[in-house]
Amino acid sequence: MTPALAHPRTDRVANTAPIYLDNQSSTRLDPRVFEAMLPYFTEDFGNPHSTTHAYGRTGAEAIERARGEVAALIHADPRELVFTSGATESNNLAIKGAAHFARAHPQREQPRDHIVTLVTEHKCVLESCLQLEREGFTVTYLPVEPNGLVSLTALEAALSERALLVSVMAAHNEIGVIQPLAEIGALCRANGVLFHSDAAQAVGKIPLDVETMRIDLLSISGHKIYGPKGVGALYVRRRPRVRLLPLIDGGGQERGLRSGTLPTPLCVGLGRAAAIAGAEIADEAARLRRLRDRLLANLTRRVPGLRLNGDAERRLPGSLNFCFPGIEAIKLIEGCPSIAISTGSACTSASVEPSYVLRALGLSDADANTGIRIGLGRFTTAAEVDFAVDALAAAVGRLTGEGGALT
Amino acid sequence: MSVGVPDNIPANRRGAKTETYLDWNATAPLRPEAVAAMSGVLTRCGNPSSVHRWGRAARQTVEAARESVAALLGGIDPTGVVFVSGGTEANHLALLGARRERVLISAVEHDSVRHAVPEPETIPVDRDSIVRLDALDTLLAADSRPALVSVMLANNETGVIQPVAEIAAIARGYGALFHCDAVQAAGKIPLDAGVIGADLVTLSAHKLGGPPGIGALVVTDRLDLVPLFRGGGQERGRRAGTENLPGIAGFAAAAAAAAAEIAVYDRVRALRDGLESAIAAVASDAVVLGASAPRLPNTTAIAMPGVAAETQVIALDLDGVMVGAGAACSSGKVGPSHVLAAMGVGSDLAASTIRVSLGWGSTEADIDHFLRAWTALYRRRRNLEGARAA
Repeated sequence: MTPALAHPRTDRVANTAPIYLDNQSSTRLDPRVFEAMLPYFTEDFGNPHSTTHAYGRTGAEAIERARGEVAALIHADPRELVFTSGATESNNLAIKGAAHFARAHPQREQPRDHIVTLVTEHKCVLESCLQLEREGFTVTYLPVEPNGLVSLTALEAALSERALLVSVMAAHNEIGVIQPLAEIGALCRANGVLFHSDAAQAVGKIPLDVETMRIDLLSISGHKIYGPKGVGALYVRRRPRVRLLPLIDGGGQERGLRSGTLPTPLCVGLGRAAAIAGAEIADEAARLRRLRDRLLANLTRRVPGLRLNGDAERRLPGSLNFCFPGIEAIKLIEGCPSIAISTGSACTSASVEPSYVLRALGLSDADANTGIRIGLGRFTTAAEVDFAVDALAAAVGRLTGEGGALT
Repeated sequence: MSVGVPDNIPANRRGAKTETYLDWNATAPLRPEAVAAMSGVLTRCGNPSSVHRWGRAARQTVEAARESVAALLGGIDPTGVVFVSGGTEANHLALLGARRERVLISAVEHDSVRHAVPEPETIPVDRDSIVRLDALDTLLAADSRPALVSVMLANNETGVIQPVAEIAAIARGYGALFHCDAVQAAGKIPLDAGVIGADLVTLSAHKLGGPPGIGALVVTDRLDLVPLFRGGGQERGRRAGTENLPGIAGFAAAAAAAAAEIAVYDRVRALRDGLESAIAAVASDAVVLGASAPRLPNTTAIAMPGVAAETQVIALDLDGVMVGAGAACSSGKVGPSHVLAAMGVGSDLAASTIRVSLGWGSTEADIDHFLRAWTALYRRRRNLEGARAA
């Protein structure tokens, strides 16, 4: 069986190639990650749980190396990492797993059955919370400030005697804002409340340290960090021990927290992606920040009334979200077929509803409908950024001229 | 599949001249068709939920794959195919998502079925591990609450094939849903949704030559499933999470190739049968479990009485032959097989049973290699016992 997989490197920045600026939705697999995964797709295909024979052991060793690489990126112990199928599963497992364990094994007379989260969380966090509400748990959905950040005062006030878990996204998928994780962590620890953070967008892009930030549960995605789709991880603190009930039981893999044959090549890919992101994090952040500021400055100059959504400072290096005044986002996207941008979360981008995230910042439905998300990434170049500015500005000109405006 | 040792393999694999892989029920190598399909998709960015052209291209890949997987089951409605992370998740989605008050499972199901719901009722099996239809009937007749019956098509440890059409008919007669875990059977014997008669079917890609980390729950009856993972509403709300695009493409290609090449299992069956006869000729005390029942063409569960399965597997591994001591997921654990126990196999015999499973790439040379290693171990042990007795 000879590997016929090959990474096409040619389509990165050809002049004619379309430009991908939707890196929050999904990122291109890094060729280095691809290379690391390859042998485990083809030669070393053994089931990593068949440790009684050589093929299985090779897979098992590769998985443990990858676990170490993911752990290192967030300053965790490898034993604290559970591989999952992605961040959606990780978020479901963290929130429902913690809630179900607390219900099944109450630690004190007064139950802990209250969960605190933000109205701007990812759908999979909100939906997990809604399910828990139907099961009898109480959930507080805190509003955010107009800049997208949580109010620590409001959070502290929401931490009831029965509070079990706080779930706050590290960096936002639509507006890119970075929440004050260390402050939230300290608040939670002081109140004996678990702190879960959906860090799918933040991991590898900003420094994360589960110790100093006092994070108890942290969700990681492969395909948001130039790794493969179909794999993610959940960090589960060991000291003090955080206990979860699994969503998927069976063969007892992943210390009983997540059964199912581990996909060796995908785990290896996530590990390599984490290692690369960690090694390049400072330089890459600086580079993306320069590109982002260039895009922001040039676009602001050429599109009168352009408004940035989310805090201008405390945001991911590559992330921007704008309201283009009076221009429906979907029309702008259609007007720029050569660049990939989006209205917001990919999961809901096919829907015609205005973004609930932008609404939570205080925007009207009409304004929220003009929101455009732009995500720069590892393979984005200055030339692409300039091209995108030209394309967007031209489309704005056409649309306002053609009566593409809302009113 | 015998392979020469490539130069770039880890140190622990160097040394053995030939490696013979006979653990195909644990996982199978990636088929070339899957490699080709994934090759184009792996490095493409794009989230199938995005509306731009990258997203739309990704969406097309997913929908085309859905049709290929539906074709594996004889061309059922592709909208019934729900992509999940693998067989374990699919079994959970079936048993939990169908929301039936009673869940009845056979005594020989995979752990991912046995552990999916808190207290499933067990349908007994006979000595060949075949579900006792009379017992199923009695169980369903005794209690009229809405029920789901889950029975695998073929067993992962013994290869024994269940009479699923009859089971489905009985379930249907009582208004119960029927779920069939077809993970081990898919790609090895023809699957036909009509014959299986199941409302829900579990498939796994990596058992039939697709990549690990992807599988499907096929909902043939348009049930309203309650999702395990909630979120972005993917897979028509039945399974949230960004689709594993390369996995899905590889799965579809492998499914198509497996269906097209199913006849290769006639050859595999002959190899397996030859292996069993050769062992019987060498060791009159060796036992093949489930031999009198209909079985998958590739699987044999063989006991070498008095020699622990673990010892056999390690000895074979030292000789470069890779087999299983039971289900792969539990092969790191020590514990008796619930499958063999349900068949009434004594614990001593069960503890000396290994699983040898072949695949489309298996050759005569693989079988010879296995037989040499197995026979050498058998003779060493019997000589040792003879010396002790003397």
